[in-house]
Amino acid sequence: MTTTAYPAPAAATPLSRRFKRWILVRPGVARLGVIALLFIAWEVAARFFVDKIFLSPPSIVFTSLHTVFETRGVPNALQVSAYEIVVAFAMSVAIGLVVGLSVGLHRFTHKSFMPIILLLYGTPQITILPLFILYFGIGPASKIAFGVSHGIFPIIVTVVAGVQNIKPILLTSAKSMGASRWHIFRWVIFPHMIPSFFAGMRLGMTGVLLGVLLAELYVSTAGIGYYTTLFTQSFNPTKLLGLISVLAAMAILLNEIVRRAELNYSRWRSD
Amino acid sequence: MSASSENAAPKGASPRSGIKSAIKRDRSALGSRAVQAAFIVALVALWYVGTTYGQISPILLPNPVKVYDELIDVLATLEFVTDLRITLMELISAFAISSVSGITLGYLISRSQYSIRVFEPLLAGIYSVPIILFLPLYILFFGLGPASKIALGVTTSFFPIILNTIAGFGYVDRIFVLSARSMGASDYQLFRWVLLPAAFPIILTGLRIGFTVALLSILGSETIASLAGLGHRIVHLGEGMDMARMFAYIAFAVAIALILNTVTSSLEARARRH
Repeated sequence: MTTTAYPAPAAATPLSRRFKRWILVRPGVARLGVIALLFIAWEVAARFFVDKIFLSPPSIVFTSLHTVFETRGVPNALQVSAYEIVVAFAMSVAIGLVVGLSVGLHRFTHKSFMPIILLLYGTPQITILPLFILYFGIGPASKIAFGVSHGIFPIIVTVVAGVQNIKPILLTSAKSMGASRWHIFRWVIFPHMIPSFFAGMRLGMTGVLLGVLLAELYVSTAGIGYYTTLFTQSFNPTKLLGLISVLAAMAILLNEIVRRAELNYSRWRSD
Repeated sequence: MSASSENAAPKGASPRSGIKSAIKRDRSALGSRAVQAAFIVALVALWYVGTTYGQISPILLPNPVKVYDELIDVLATLEFVTDLRITLMELISAFAISSVSGITLGYLISRSQYSIRVFEPLLAGIYSVPIILFLPLYILFFGLGPASKIALGVTTSFFPIILNTIAGFGYVDRIFVLSARSMGASDYQLFRWVLLPAAFPIILTGLRIGFTVALLSILGSETIASLAGLGHRIVHLGEGMDMARMFAYIAFAVAIALILNTVTSSLEARARRH
């Protein structure tokens, strides 16, 4: 009876309708389609409308990606930049954690120094970039210092927030059960701080990437900033776009690592 | 006293704890203000003593008195006006373009759950790339003038604005939309009285974030490669080793940025209250 009625309309509907229904339950496929359309638009624009010295089509950029790596000095420059990012991030986390804990654990230091930290967080550090170059030279040290100056504040602020938002009842009960200060820190404050600490590390990584790349682009002798300037000034959009794609991939990878860590370490707390 | 119990105090304080604790709180607030003031005074004093009597080269760190004189000179001669006008013009153009396009596109995308699921992850993915990477490309396309700064400002501020617009319009509780519809609301009425009030605070937050990052990226791109503007002036003075005036301009630029950020934050807070 009704069992035969079901397959019939599906077979009878035209192909376009079936495609529409198929794509409606798969937004991911449609998203890939949008990305493909963007690349096609870029390809068409670069091939037929825009001057060759300004824009290269993506097909050429990606097939000649290896020439970017074959350019003398570029692999080394990528290594230098990766090193700067990693060192700046490690320093931001270490200093941010120490400062955040010492500011956040006492009410008095919190009230005294938090406004100063927030003020510094709100200032555009980019205005003092020339000073960083002046004090730390044009080598990797100035990039690391500038990256730290961008990465440290989100970590301090989130560590302080994580330490401060503990429910008083948890502290009171731990204390009434006879926990020492160290025990309270180790078993109440520290686990409570972990999720916001990882959120801070993610924001800190974004800041470090921004700071290091800004300083690299401003002045650089061996890092990637030197090569972006070189490719821009020699009107070589193929290599420039290739280098930018490699750097963007690197940035996405680093962000993704920290984001995964954040998801992993904040899962245990449901509320 | 243990740190933890002090942390617990402000939230746990009962209203009956009375005048004594109020006085204590006042005294501790006064104390922290004093520490802040002392910190800043000590910093400036160290700066002054170090540069006046110490061996610090004036090229690395100019004397604060000299910096102050230069700042007064910059303000009195109105020398800052041309650079400030260019920076603000770039900022306003970039913010106008990104807010209009971001809110419009965000609204259109938010009209169906399907297009939200198609576009939102894509936009969020691009947002996680440091946009400053596009600066060399924009300089190649638009040259060293204001156009490349506006383009970078638009690109950085577009993403927070469109993502917050989608979040604002796209996740309005269905029950509000359904009840408004069942009471016979027209499209316009639905938009004006249900969708807009629900989305407005979230869009405002997006606009504030967009404004801040646009300002940062414009100052940054002026610092890296430009012909005029506040960032350019700072670099120019630094390259001429005119350190005192450079510090004066840094102080001026920081003050402008802080004022703009404070104004946008208070505008956001005020608009949210209505």
